[in-house]
Order: sequence, then structure tokens, then C-alpha cells
Amino acid sequence: MTVPLPIFVAVPLATAFLLPVFAKRGKAVATVLANLATVSLLVMALCSIGQTRVYEVGRWSIPLGINLVLDGLSCLLLLAISVVSTAAMLFSVRYMEQYTAKAKYLSLFLLMVGGMNGVVLSGDIFNLFVFLEIASIASYALVGFGCGNEELEASFKYMVLGSIASTFILFAIALVYGNTGSLNMAYISKAIQGSGLNAGLAFALSLFIVGFSLKAALVPFHAWLPDAHPSAPAPISAMLSGVLIKALGVYALVRVLFNVFGISVSMGWILIILGLSSMVAGAFLAMGQWDFKRLLAYSSISQLGYVILGIGLGGLIIAQGGNLAWASLAILGGLFHLLNHAVYKSLLFLTSGSVEMSTGTRQLKQLGGLAGKLPFTRAACTVASASIAGIPPFSGFWSKLILVIAAVQAHFYWIAAIIVFVSLCTLIMYLKVQRYVFLGELPENLQQTKENRGSMLVAMVFLACLCVLMGLLVIIPALRNSILEPAVKVLTDGLEYSTKIIKL
Amino acid sequence: MKGMTIIVKTISSWVKVLIFMFGIYIIIFGHLTPGGGFAGGVILASSYVLLMLAFGREFVEENLSLPVASKLDCVGALLFAAIAMFGLFYGAACFFWNFIQAEYLADKETAFRLISAGTIPLSNLAIGLKVGASLFLIILVLSTFRPDVSVKEKE
Amino acid sequence: MLYALCFLLFMIGLYCAVVKKNMVKIVFGIMIMEYAVNLFLIMLGYHFGGVAPIIDKSQFDPGTGQIAGSFLNNSVDPLPQALVLTAIVIGLGSLALMISICIRTYEKYGTFDITQIRRLKG
Repeated sequence: MTVPLPIFVAVPLATAFLLPVFAKRGKAVATVLANLATVSLLVMALCSIGQTRVYEVGRWSIPLGINLVLDGLSCLLLLAISVVSTAAMLFSVRYMEQYTAKAKYLSLFLLMVGGMNGVVLSGDIFNLFVFLEIASIASYALVGFGCGNEELEASFKYMVLGSIASTFILFAIALVYGNTGSLNMAYISKAIQGSGLNAGLAFALSLFIVGFSLKAALVPFHAWLPDAHPSAPAPISAMLSGVLIKALGVYALVRVLFNVFGISVSMGWILIILGLSSMVAGAFLAMGQWDFKRLLAYSSISQLGYVILGIGLGGLIIAQGGNLAWASLAILGGLFHLLNHAVYKSLLFLTSGSVEMSTGTRQLKQLGGLAGKLPFTRAACTVASASIAGIPPFSGFWSKLILVIAAVQAHFYWIAAIIVFVSLCTLIMYLKVQRYVFLGELPENLQQTKENRGSMLVAMVFLACLCVLMGLLVIIPALRNSILEPAVKVLTDGLEYSTKIIKL
Repeated sequence: MKGMTIIVKTISSWVKVLIFMFGIYIIIFGHLTPGGGFAGGVILASSYVLLMLAFGREFVEENLSLPVASKLDCVGALLFAAIAMFGLFYGAACFFWNFIQAEYLADKETAFRLISAGTIPLSNLAIGLKVGASLFLIILVLSTFRPDVSVKEKE
Repeated sequence: MLYALCFLLFMIGLYCAVVKKNMVKIVFGIMIMEYAVNLFLIMLGYHFGGVAPIIDKSQFDPGTGQIAGSFLNNSVDPLPQALVLTAIVIGLGSLALMISICIRTYEKYGTFDITQIRRLKG
């Protein structure tokens, strides 16, 4: 089945504007509509696995009009976005009852989803910027949704850094347009191959790296993330950590570096250094946290480091003219880790939301002994923790294993050692979560705690099942060839992207 | 805010009509002259801002209350989306396909007439409604310091 | 030369956003950055002696549907102008949101000074 690509953007945006009309009639209608939208997006994303298409909006041919491109990498991100947004939307049916303006929340949520789908599908660099801004403005508002002191402050911090990043990206787009005379990514790439990298383009490239790294919260640019992600309502934290930083940061950075400018040795090293510093610094900072969601936020930085490291390692091998099989293995590890992280980190944030809703606190020192009181939340959290720490049957193990194998094969033994070391740190911090939240003594004031049932439970079980089953994505060749391999192929092909798109 | 003196009130009640008409002109002729939905919508909103300055916020809220403006905002956006979606059901079956131009007005004679350019004037109308209502909302909400109003506007 | 001035404006905005302690001034700094980029985009499309890229009846031949060659050679590039329009709309949206957050923070703390508003740390 071929779904017209703009539907992925139009459905969430149109639903977002439809919802406030129902605000008076009753929240139930709005909630059902929003859930229908996310579920239909998931179905459509599943239908478009393995396709490569170009869609010319309004029948304007490629260099003139806007085009949307669906290829393996976009499809992977589309799947991650729709899976996480379906679960988060289901979770917020019950969770958001504690806030007042639920219809507004739902429409901002859908605006964010629409923006992310747009970023992932766009084949035009300015269009990418517009969708990036839609998604980021919606997320700024959602971070400050509680309107408490900390929420407002975190939202302001996020907004200032996010706006600076957007301005950098816009400046880079202006420079690229001035130097190549095109905004279509395929044509820009062709022009750069023809003229080589002059001073203006090199400056644009550095602005792109800074801007997208700010959006992705890689370590020198990570200051906003540990404030912004814990302040948002739990389903939104799941969306922000699970997919927003990936779609806006990692995807856009990787697309621009690999397919537009072409990867070089120095850029490969930049990615590796960004990845390594994020991994190590994120892990160490996470271990010292006593706030449940803040710990998860720091651990997101650390896990995102794995993704960037894997992709950068692959890029470095390609740029040095090394063995293409190792390069694709490293990139496979990075992209698979991206998908895994989207699932288990959003699950962890949802469980933290469930704990917070039942007990009213998220300070680890005030919690304890909840294993008996919250059995399902506990089970989900244990599955996700085992997965993120890389315990064998769960999904995180496979992606980390692939990364280690790739690093060893490419003779970067020290990188492999750091991967294993950070993995141990991750295990320690999630043991800490288990110890202080679910085991130990039950405090007096938490005796009345009740499990959250209904939609929250369904969302958590859905993601937990995915956590267990995700390993199959690499083990079964058919699944690997339809979902992961096309995405890896897009990156290893590099600059051939442009010729493919123009031919289509 | 009680509003300003009688002179300001009288003059602004005259001028507001002109500004409003000018905004509508900019929107309707958006496909022929510079301007269009966004510029016209800003001008429409500015006529209400003039009223707000002259007569006070309560007067404006009586004429165009917050929920109504918010509905208009959504209707504008939905109209725009609907125009884009209609393209999927006509001829070329393409998102944003200019179906009126292609199917009914494919004639060079119509260029520079008011009714030309297919769906573009309709989209301009939708955008004008959307921008006018949302800018009005933004200014109205920012001018209230009540703590219980949720201040979340986008575009 | 003019491009360098644009860059200077961008840097002034960045300095303002990074160094100032007042929340509203930070917002203004970001806006200055945005407008510097908009100015840069407009100047990319401009060339000396260019005319506005708006077709009117005198340049259009209704019989053939052709546009006069002199217009095509002289008009400035319309694409950056369209981009700037979009960027302005986006800037307006984020400005409104930022100002509303500033107002809300002022209601809570009674100050715009970010050194006094500091609940969150590293």
C-alpha cells in the first residue's frame, strides 16, 4: 500500500487544530480523536516499510517545488516516532487527568508529532528547518506545561538554547543557498560535489554541526536537557527523550553530514569525539542524581552518545576507505541503538510517571519498597532497565554487542573498552533505581499506594513487550533486511543519495 | 483599563473601519499584489489592537471573546488543510494540487483578474483568518496578567 | 562588506543573548540574531539595479503567456524573500511564547534577573 507522504504531516497537524473545537463538548471526544490519529500514523508507518519514494508537493517538479523523500533512514525514524507517540498518547489518556487544559496539551502533542514527521520526511533543507521549528516550539510549550516555577525556568532555558540553535541552522541554510543556489538537498549535494568545499560552505557545515548538536544535546551542548526533560509531564518526557532529540538532532545532523556534504575523516572524528564525551560525561553525571527523571535525562545523553559514536565510527571507516562491511556494521549498531533507546527510554520515563502519579514524589531517597505495591510498573521498569544496561536477551544487549564487534574489527580497541565501561556504569545506575524505588523499606507515608491501571498499564505493557522482542530485528534476517539494512544503506551510500533522488 | 479620551475614541472608531477594509483588501488581492494572507491578517489584528488601546480590553473582549477567536483560529487552519487535502481527490491526486486552476481556469485570459490563480486566493483567506485571529489572541492573552489564563500560543 | 556587517549584527545578538542577565534582554538578543539572518538572506537575493519580483500587466503578454525578458533579467531573487517571510512567522511564534514565559516567571518571582531565578542546577 502506498500512502501519500504528506498525510504523515497533514493528519497530526489537522487533528491538532480540530481538537480545540471539541474542547467544550468534552475531553473524551478529543482524547479519542488524538489516539485515533497516532494509531493511524503507526499503521501507515508500518505500511510504508521498505519503500523508497519521492513525492512532489503540488506537482511542482523537483528543483522548483518542495519534495518529500521516504527512504530507509526516514522510515526507521518514522517507525520510532509513531511507536513512541502511540504509547505516550495512550499513557496520557489517564495521566493527564491531573492537569487542567487537556485539549491544549493534546493539540500541542500532535503538533510536535507532525513537526517531527515533517523533519524526517523532508527532502528540502528549508522545509526541514520549518518543521524543526514547529516541533521545537510545541516542545517548548509542553515543557512549561505545568506552569510551576521549575517548569517555567526549564522551559525558558530550553527555549533560549533552542532558539539560538535554530538561528545557527537558519544562518547555515542561508550560506548554503548563497553558495549553491539551491535548497533541495539532492541538488545542494550535486553542487557541492561539483565545486568542492569552499570557505562559506565549511562555515555553514560548522554552523550545522553546532546547531544540530545543540538540538540533540550532545555533551558540550547538553546544558538544557537535564532541566527540560524532567520538567515536562511524563509522556512528554518520553517523547522528548525518546524521539525528539533523535529526529531533530541526530537524524538531521546525520542526513546533512552523510548525504549532503559527504563524510570526511575530520567529520568522522568530530562525531566520535562528541559521542564519546556524551557517553562518559552523561553516565557519570547520571550516577550522582537523586531525582528519578533527572537521572533518566542524563542517561539519555549517555545513550545518545552510543548512537553518534556508532554512526561516526562507520563514517570514519568509509572516509578512510576501509572495509565497507565494518562501516555498515558500526552504522547498523548506531541506528539499532537509536531504535532501542527510543523504546526503552520512553518506557522508563512512563514508569517514572506512573511512580510519580502514585506516590507524588520522584526523589529516590523518599521512595522504596514499591515492588509489592506497583507490580506491573515494577516489571516494566525492570525490563527496561535490563534492556538499557545490556543484559543478554533484551534489546539493548544486541545493539551494544554490534557496536563492540564493529569497534574491535576496525582495531579501535580503546573505543570498545569505553563502550563496555559505560555499559557497566549504566548497569550501576539502573541497579540504583531498582534499589531505591522498588526494593528496600517501604516508607510510612507510601502505605496507601495503588497501581495505576487502564490506559497507562496498556502503554507500559506494549513498550515492555517491544523491549523484549526488539532483539528479533537483528536476529531474523527478513526483519533486518526490511527495516535496518535500508537505513544503513542510505548512510553508506553517502553522496550517491543525490543521484538516486534526482533519478526518482 | 478604561480607555482614552473621547477624541481618541471617536477617531479610532472611524479609522478602525479603514484599517479593517485595508486588511481585507490585502488578503483578497494577495495573489496579484504584494501582501497576502499573513500581511493582511496582521493588519486585521492591528485594527483590533487599536480598539483595545482606545477603548480598553473589556470592550474588545465583548466584541470578540477569547473562545470565539480561538475557534476562528482553528477554523482558519482547518480550511487551509482542507484546501490542501482536496487536491488529493482531483485529477493529479496530489497534495496541494491547485485543482481549481488546473480543471476550471486553465486559460491564460484570466491572468490578473480577481478570480484567478485557483486555490491560492482561498488559501490566502484561510491564512488571513488564522493569522488575524491568532495574533489577536496572542496580544489579548499577553495583555492580561491574570494568573489562571494559560498562555500557550503557537504561530 | 555588507555581509560582514550582517555577521557583526549576528554576533551582537549572540553576545546579548549569552551575557545579559535580564530575561527580556536575552529574548531581544535572540531576536536580533534572527533579524540579522533575515537581513543576510534578503541581501543574498539582491543585486544592484534589481526590481521587485512582482509581475504586473505591463510585463505579461496575455496572448502567449510569456513574461518580458527585461523583467526576468532585472528582477531580484524572490526565493530568499519567501524564506524570510516564513522565518519571520516562525520568529513571531517563538517570540510570543518566550515573552509569555517571561511574564509568567515575573508573576512567580517578581524579577527578570536570571541570577536570582535559579532553582535548577547543572
